[in-house]
Amino acid sequence: MEKYKMHILICGGTGCRASASEAIQNNLQDAIKAKGLEDEVQVVMTGCFGFCEKGPIVKILPDNTFYVEVKPEDAEELIEEHIIKGRKVMRLLYVDPENKETISDSKHMGFYKKQIRIALRNCGFINPENVDEYIARDGYAALGKCLAEMTPQTVIDEIKESGLRGRGGGGFPTGLKWEFAAKNEADQKYVVCNADEGDPGAFMDRSILEGDPHSVLEAMAICGYTMGADKGVIYIRAEYPLAITRLKVAIKQAREYGLLGNDILGSGFNFDVEMRYGAGAFVCGEETALIHSMEGLRGEPTVKPPFPAESGYNGKPTNVNNVETFANIPVIINKGASWFNKIGSEKSKGTKVFALAGKINNVGLIEVPMGTTLREVIYEIGGGIKDGKKFKAVQTGGPSGGCLTEKHLDTPIDFDNLIAAGSMMGSGGMIVMDEDDCMVSMAKFYLEFTVEESCGKCTPCRVGNKRLHELLDKITLGNGTREDLDLLRNLSTVIKDTSLCGLGQTSPNPVLSTLENFYDEYISHVEDHKCAAGQCKALMQYVIDPELCVGCTLCSRNCPVDCIAGERKEAHIIDASKCIKCGACMEKCKFNAISIQ
Amino acid sequence: MAKIKLAKSKVDKLVEICKSFDNEGSELINVLHKAQETFGYLPAEVQEIIARELNVSVAHVYGVVTFYSFFSMVPKGEFPISICMGTACYVRGAEKVLEEFKRQLSVPVGETTEDGKFSISCLRCVGACGLAPVVTIGERVYGRVSAGDVADIIKEYQK
Repeated sequence: MEKYKMHILICGGTGCRASASEAIQNNLQDAIKAKGLEDEVQVVMTGCFGFCEKGPIVKILPDNTFYVEVKPEDAEELIEEHIIKGRKVMRLLYVDPENKETISDSKHMGFYKKQIRIALRNCGFINPENVDEYIARDGYAALGKCLAEMTPQTVIDEIKESGLRGRGGGGFPTGLKWEFAAKNEADQKYVVCNADEGDPGAFMDRSILEGDPHSVLEAMAICGYTMGADKGVIYIRAEYPLAITRLKVAIKQAREYGLLGNDILGSGFNFDVEMRYGAGAFVCGEETALIHSMEGLRGEPTVKPPFPAESGYNGKPTNVNNVETFANIPVIINKGASWFNKIGSEKSKGTKVFALAGKINNVGLIEVPMGTTLREVIYEIGGGIKDGKKFKAVQTGGPSGGCLTEKHLDTPIDFDNLIAAGSMMGSGGMIVMDEDDCMVSMAKFYLEFTVEESCGKCTPCRVGNKRLHELLDKITLGNGTREDLDLLRNLSTVIKDTSLCGLGQTSPNPVLSTLENFYDEYISHVEDHKCAAGQCKALMQYVIDPELCVGCTLCSRNCPVDCIAGERKEAHIIDASKCIKCGACMEKCKFNAISIQ
Repeated sequence: MAKIKLAKSKVDKLVEICKSFDNEGSELINVLHKAQETFGYLPAEVQEIIARELNVSVAHVYGVVTFYSFFSMVPKGEFPISICMGTACYVRGAEKVLEEFKRQLSVPVGETTEDGKFSISCLRCVGACGLAPVVTIGERVYGRVSAGDVADIIKEYQK
């Protein structure tokens, strides 16, 4: 890297690529060429920077200037001004929404200040398609250290001492899991990386694989060394084409460098990695289901025991860990368990990556120490609720999690506290909701997902969730009764207690937690037939306030069913019998004249 | 087994795909991925040939195809429209966008318009939550879509 004087890093994460970051890269390269600066300035497409809200992001090194919302047509100006003249392009810098100060270094932004990046350490710093850059940031040093200086047992002890727990949702101690797999003797063992990120609204695993694929390969090799496995398999969603491409490149480069394959670093240890593609089934996040899917079968779970550590892939001892869990391993080996276990809370060590999304100002990928409070995450890092609305709930743990409210805002986030509060860590999705979100509809939304994703093997999950969904549907249509609420609660408990795998055991959580925290809202649906948030179509009506309407005709022109009548410069009226309640009029009205009743 | 009516070149192609995975039954999902990549979808006949080549039952192949949402037994439209229904998009109004696409094109989710131009499907999180709600048409990603934008988006493809 030292050859170049300056480096321009462009975010190549999915969000930024969708907003033309590739065109920015091309334009920058063209501008550099036009000025004859090819030997001095290098343009690198990196993994996700995390600050998706402000993407596409372009960062210039060595002066650490962080440009936001860059467009392809800005490329020439960036080269001309910043690179050649050394002047920052002020209009592309981040402006702090509170004090309106311009900030050029990401370190000082509210979004980044509280973050500690361990799993995401290389995302946004290195070119993920160049193994040399990974190596330059201590890459494969941990593998070297394990092979040269440590026995498999001392590696396991180190991971145990670090207190690392599985980041895929379960929170099982990783070191212990490795030990189980190591203790089972067999002629063949497997290390499996679960990259079947199915939780809607969570994209940390994909970002790690896109931004730092080698960290996962290195950790898998270390795991293989501890348990005596020479084969690794990454089970990845087919819907992640960019992550797949980058992993393929990484595997090839690692093999060329002798970091995968036979006799790694001259130690006599063999380990290689191959890939298997998922085909869209949420239940495959469950490890026994995932293993069946790897074998070419329907991804249905089986009863544990036997655990995969005894009999997994092809009936052999198998250790399954999630992407983020693996990404932590090299750092723990390099810096030591005692460094790692000082970060975090008493029972949950280290950091956790969250995908912060929904009605929040700073949507993005964040990594914070365990024990950070929800308030810090939502208000300091997330920048508060969008459009100055009122915070209502935050949903953690995806379809298996629950909704937390105002009263939980000061709860330190860790595995145990979230469970105690009626939710769970899950893979780290964190969706913020405001006053316009109806909690009954939210529960229905998650149940719709579960019903679709239930594999159908066990009755409580297959039939029970369907019934839950029907009840919720009935309530949102205004036909629910108080008895239905009791039924919802009872049925949820039965499903939780009797389902075969993690999917069914957690699927009623969104129902239970909303019943617990937003009972009033359920009551107003069933007793008063009102949806305060204005989301349940059957219970609402759009009306135009004749006092506020100026007759601009914008609403009637945008109405897809032509149900708004009125002359120009006169108040308009909505014909409720024809209205399909799409909300297009309210969205377009510039005078706040349209409301929901 | 039904009589196979697929063109010979297609049958040959399938046989070749199966062979590239050593006709191994445990490679079924990989074979299906490749077959769908080649044909766009997995009709019954394709499944029958795969079953024959891998020496597994057609029921087994059908079971796997219908289990995973990525596999489709009906052809997609020339412009496949996918609306992200991940939670982040949902709370930012994806449902209204979906309703609008369904209304404008008069097809339900999972089906294709009569002229074969558009098909609508839902997907779960493309990982571009900063742009929610997100709609993808083919390779193109549309961010921050509102119900009001739908007509204009469809128009782009109707020329």
